[in-house]
Amino acid sequence: MKFKAMHWVLILTAVLFFSGCESMMKSGDSSADGATVSEGDGSASTSGASRYGDWSGNPLDNPNSPLYTKVIYFDFDTSDIRSEFYEVLRAHSEYLVANPQVSLTIEGHCDERGTREYNIGLGERRAMTIKRFFEAEGVEGSRINTISYGEERPADDGHGEASWSMNRRGELLY
Amino acid sequence: MKSVFGLLVSMMLICLLPFKVSANLVIEITQGAEGALPVAVVPFKWTGPAAELPLHDVGKIISDDLERSGRFSPLTEDKMLSRPSSNDTVDFRDWRVIGIENLVVGLVQPNSTGGYLINFKLYDVYRGEQITGFSVPTTARSLRTTAHQIADTIYETLTGEKGAFATRIAYVTSIKKGGQKTIALKIADADGYNPETIVESKEPIMSPAWSPDGQKLAYVSFEKRQPAIYIQEVYTGRRVKITSFKGINGAPAWSPDGRNLAMTLSKDGNPDIYVMNLNTKKLRKLSKHWGIDTEPAWSPDGKYIVFTSDRSGLPQVYRVPVSGGSPERLTYEGESNARASYSPDGKSLVMVTRINGNYRIAAQELANRQFRVLTNGKLDESPSFAPNGSMIIYSTTTRGNTELSAVSFDGRVRQRLALQSGDVREPVWSPRLQ
Repeated sequence: MKFKAMHWVLILTAVLFFSGCESMMKSGDSSADGATVSEGDGSASTSGASRYGDWSGNPLDNPNSPLYTKVIYFDFDTSDIRSEFYEVLRAHSEYLVANPQVSLTIEGHCDERGTREYNIGLGERRAMTIKRFFEAEGVEGSRINTISYGEERPADDGHGEASWSMNRRGELLY
Repeated sequence: MKSVFGLLVSMMLICLLPFKVSANLVIEITQGAEGALPVAVVPFKWTGPAAELPLHDVGKIISDDLERSGRFSPLTEDKMLSRPSSNDTVDFRDWRVIGIENLVVGLVQPNSTGGYLINFKLYDVYRGEQITGFSVPTTARSLRTTAHQIADTIYETLTGEKGAFATRIAYVTSIKKGGQKTIALKIADADGYNPETIVESKEPIMSPAWSPDGQKLAYVSFEKRQPAIYIQEVYTGRRVKITSFKGINGAPAWSPDGRNLAMTLSKDGNPDIYVMNLNTKKLRKLSKHWGIDTEPAWSPDGKYIVFTSDRSGLPQVYRVPVSGGSPERLTYEGESNARASYSPDGKSLVMVTRINGNYRIAAQELANRQFRVLTNGKLDESPSFAPNGSMIIYSTTTRGNTELSAVSFDGRVRQRLALQSGDVREPVWSPRLQ
């Protein structure tokens, strides 16, 4: 996950860098005639966007796909899947069914409330609930590894509900 | 994302460093008891050359220990009218006039091998009599330990109960640097001195448990991206992996005879309590329930195990005979109760209770179910008894940091043990050390 986030940052930085270069060139040379479509006074330039669904990379990396979401959140002291995450989990189930060579690890996490070893149990229950969801959608359980970190690896180090709600989570790691 | 490289890096980051010295814990008494016994510990006289003055002040260590127990209120040095050593005749009037009932005097002499001979005497001021006194040889390295042992002797002589000053605590620290956390299992003297790292990892380390002889620690480490229970010899750094089953490997707890280890495993589908014979490595399942069963702890007579289970909804504490049988629910107070452990006399349990959404340390007597909440934090966890049952050390999350606190069993005395940076959690008090 970290690596992927870094990847995006690098790509973004590169885009910003090169667009900066381009505008610098333009300011130095007002008659620049690029590949962009110019109309009228030339103060605006347009270009086509990628069509929705045109993603050609790994479908798990498509920001427009529900597969892009790999973390789902839980309510306090429960392992029930919130209905808002059904779509995400169904998309992952379909992806896993369509790609039988892919396996994944599901991590279960908790907020800091409650005792530490109990939270290891609760985190496992969360990971298992997601695993069972996938199994019910036709994914072989043998392709799914689970691990509970309890409250040991919070996503947010704060000590209030805003942090806790980010920490009660299941993470899908492909 | 889990490349071989990542695995190698995480393996390299785990160092087994016996005795890496780090920052001391600072102890601050936040609530003292009324009616603490007035006592005076005169600075011990050093008879050797001034240039060779010992690194540690024996009298001060003893005085601080007695104060930390909450049972004594030591006189500060500036109020002393005279400063006799154990070689001098004591003028008891100097102490009676300022209301001191008990007086400790001493002497530290260098010996021929670079060590010391410590002499101390404890006086009853009103009777004008010596109650106890010893000469104890020690080394420069053991000087603090010897001072704690003298404090234990004084404590026992005056209160009739064994002291717990010459003990250690194990705890887990988490320190964030450059966005990455380093988790370490450390041990320190019970007064916070001499902290040493015995395991360090970028992955979680949790649930340390002392062996009854104080020579080993069992703990859980996620260093292989999968929880495993290890037993490590504290003074050599040698360790063995005990379990790494699929699923949870957690909550190790030594039987009082040191032969068995209770633990939580979820290899059969959900967390249950098991007992492993450490000689044969044979496992016996002690609880069988679809709920979360975890956090086992032995009764001091080795006959029962208490554990946490959410079989009735929220977590509560249950007790089961080690020989097997059906678990009996013990807790009904508060919203939920978890991670119970026995007092050294076997008469009470200490646990984490939830009251109005706050997690606090509570004690419950087994005979009459009398329940007392001992702390007032929002997120107090991991209570552990001193081996004499006088104090309970625990972790508390306040002001955005997790630190250690201790509370006397009667709830009257409180102290805070703070590390300069990072979180300190899961304290466990060692047994008495030989």
